[in-house]
Amino acid sequence: MLQHFGKYLLFMSSLLFRGESPRILFNRTMDEAILIGINSIFIVAIVSTFIGAVTSVQISYNLDNAFIPRSTIGFMVREMTLLELAPTITSIVLAGKVGSSIAGGLGTMQITEQVDALEVMGINSTSYLVLPKVIAAILVFPMLVILAMFLSIGGGFIAGVLSGEITQQEYISGIRSDFIPYNILFALIKSVVFAFLVSSISSFKGYYTSGGALEVGKASTGAVTNSVIAILIADFVLANLLL
Amino acid sequence: MIEIHNIHKSFNGVKVLDGISGVFETGKTNLLLGASGTGKSVLLKCIVGLVKPDIGSVTFDGTYFTNNKLGIKQEIRRKIGMLFQSSALFDSMTVEKNIEFPLKMLGDMEKDERIDRVNTVLKRVGLEGANKKMPSELSGGMKKRVGIARAIAPHCTYLFCDEPNSGLDPLTALKIDELIKEITEEYGITTIIVTHDMNSVIEIGDKIFFLYKGKKLWEGTRDAILDTDVKELNEFIFSNRLMRDAKKIEDEEEETESNR
Repeated sequence: MLQHFGKYLLFMSSLLFRGESPRILFNRTMDEAILIGINSIFIVAIVSTFIGAVTSVQISYNLDNAFIPRSTIGFMVREMTLLELAPTITSIVLAGKVGSSIAGGLGTMQITEQVDALEVMGINSTSYLVLPKVIAAILVFPMLVILAMFLSIGGGFIAGVLSGEITQQEYISGIRSDFIPYNILFALIKSVVFAFLVSSISSFKGYYTSGGALEVGKASTGAVTNSVIAILIADFVLANLLL
Repeated sequence: MIEIHNIHKSFNGVKVLDGISGVFETGKTNLLLGASGTGKSVLLKCIVGLVKPDIGSVTFDGTYFTNNKLGIKQEIRRKIGMLFQSSALFDSMTVEKNIEFPLKMLGDMEKDERIDRVNTVLKRVGLEGANKKMPSELSGGMKKRVGIARAIAPHCTYLFCDEPNSGLDPLTALKIDELIKEITEEYGITTIIVTHDMNSVIEIGDKIFFLYKGKKLWEGTRDAILDTDVKELNEFIFSNRLMRDAKKIEDEEEETESNR
């Protein structure tokens, strides 16, 4: 375990040496941002909209006390979305989609000697392949989380209003009450940390793949599992530190 | 010229290379010959720096490579072209982009110059017009040709080929061998080829190093290899019937000649 962690730290430090020119790094980062970001919009939109909708329905189901105003549904959907659902669930979904893709891609490059080809050319393969992925993830995850926030709160609105559990005015009043702007910052900090964890852990698992197709599959699975565990641990630590 | 001296390498306590030394001459195709698992590919990787030897050194035209400063190693690496066993073409790039890649990353050529160079090397390997094809659209032989084109595109001084004709039919394998031989002589580069194919030895092997269980048991020319008295090498060479029959015919002819 400790040996793996040390290897991970050495791997991360290797990203910073023998880097490519800023122009190449920029172009590679943009390519990766498209792969990670644009290609994930659909799944993030679907997941966050439905999570917001389900949250709204379930809160209204549990609110059977006549003394609690119905606007509480909007308030709770907003709080849960900003603090937990948007950053954490989105990152877990991205760990599955992006993490497995990163590990699978790098693993395949490793077993088909494409990584060796880069090294023989005198190119630092970690800096060329991995650094743009990490930077792109750090740039794109917060954007996807912001999108997820809007869609989740919107999903809650649609589900609540359409099911007749809450009026439009009550929901809007709920999401506007006792708003703490810091929660947005907190969610974005979490998304940056999760982005780093998902991209670096998945890259690490993929880069050190050896063997054949079976090992690439194992690397992808390992990347998702480890990323999700890391997200949950970091979530707990950040909540304790920042709230 | 590439010199290796006393190369040792072990993995998890298992000795793979055991004190290999040798000189690979410029303008010649130098073959690392041996059965599977004798350490040929590991030796090749030690020479190009993909694997660090436990002991020993590699020198490129008098410049020490192993354990030298990163800058000097980078400088030497830019003169290296390598054809991998699996061709190692970048899946996401077209043939043109694959060949252009080292020129773009390592050189200061303008776009037009790079494309000119890509077209020149593609023509040299007999793949004119294949610029926009993806690696997945190429046959095994074509992939090897693109691999060679990518290796020689940056005007390499040293060419390394890891089993260049593995997985190819005999005719295509022969063509790839001939192409490597022609390029070596045309550009005056130092070429090292890992192979276990006796056809390659007979066709293009200027100098052959025979490895057996991590040791170099024999080195010499292709003319001398058939008359060697090294038992392990003889077993390797004459393991197939074709070679045994050829040897038998040669011996009979020699006997007839001496009886006259």
